[in-house]
Amino acid sequence: MSVITIERKILEKNDELARHNRELFARLGIFVLNMVSAPGSGKTSILERTLERIKDTTRVAVIEGDVQTDLDAQRVSKYNIPTVQIVTRGGCHLEANLVKDALQNLDLSTIDLLIIENVGNLVCPANYDLGEAVKVVVLSTTEGEDKPLKYPGMFRNASVLIINKIDLLPYVNTNIESLKQNAFQINPSLKVFETSCTTQAGIAEWCDWLGQETDSRKPV
Amino acid sequence: MHELSIAQNIVEIVRERVPEKDLPEVSLVRLTIGDLAGVVCDSLEFCYGVITTHTALENSKLKIDRIPARVFCHTCQTVSSTEPSFLLCPACGSADVKLESGTELCVSEIELHARPTEVT
Repeated sequence: MSVITIERKILEKNDELARHNRELFARLGIFVLNMVSAPGSGKTSILERTLERIKDTTRVAVIEGDVQTDLDAQRVSKYNIPTVQIVTRGGCHLEANLVKDALQNLDLSTIDLLIIENVGNLVCPANYDLGEAVKVVVLSTTEGEDKPLKYPGMFRNASVLIINKIDLLPYVNTNIESLKQNAFQINPSLKVFETSCTTQAGIAEWCDWLGQETDSRKPV
Repeated sequence: MHELSIAQNIVEIVRERVPEKDLPEVSLVRLTIGDLAGVVCDSLEFCYGVITTHTALENSKLKIDRIPARVFCHTCQTVSSTEPSFLLCPACGSADVKLESGTELCVSEIELHARPTEVT
């Protein structure tokens, strides 16, 4: 019997492509978000409220990831911004090569902010770096306060937590303070926004932060 | 279900490292997987079996070493094993911690049977 010792990262190919994407974004001064969440938490609605506010002042583009259909791209394209839909046809997450390919359809010289909406899934996208600057995890109040504990990988890798659908808090059993405490137990440095796409609560604060982060990366 | 994609990456790594003619000799592929890596080992073994069936790696199996999540606490200067659902210091509760292990997702070793002696 012979043994080959190798110590190779299983996802090193993805990590390598993500590194290339990240270097490209840094060189061009593009701020890139990777939005992740369970299906139905409101990623696309947050995106719509965000685009309404920032599209006239920020050069923004969107990459939509879904298992099937271009319904999300249709919703986002109403705002007349560059939009690319990736349909994974069963794939449960986006990978760095899919993003790299999607970039061929965007004129990166005309973009300061790129928002990637990942496939709705709180497990698999955690493992796949896309080259983003910031991973934003969205959790809606209807999903329950225990989700950070059940899906720690996703909350540990994220820098920002958006707690969405806060207008529904009177009707659900979720305690928002416990939810935050659970999230901080996994990742104490999470930046938290509390939003409602129905009442617009918290959307301005989120967009202000987004604008500041985008401006700070623009080439001087 | 990303275990299928991970299994495909494992096969690629083995094929890059082991010469084509020696692939049927591979008996074991040893992996290191952290408790925070988000991988279901049973599912990974199943996927690996499916994609290696009727290939040169058909007789190979996975052996998985699980690594617990461990944090180093800057406050009390200790290293502790912890649950993936609690990544603060289990000893003193401090949030000023650094993750020491638990996110591993590596191929560590490839074992091959001894090359058969050629009969002349």
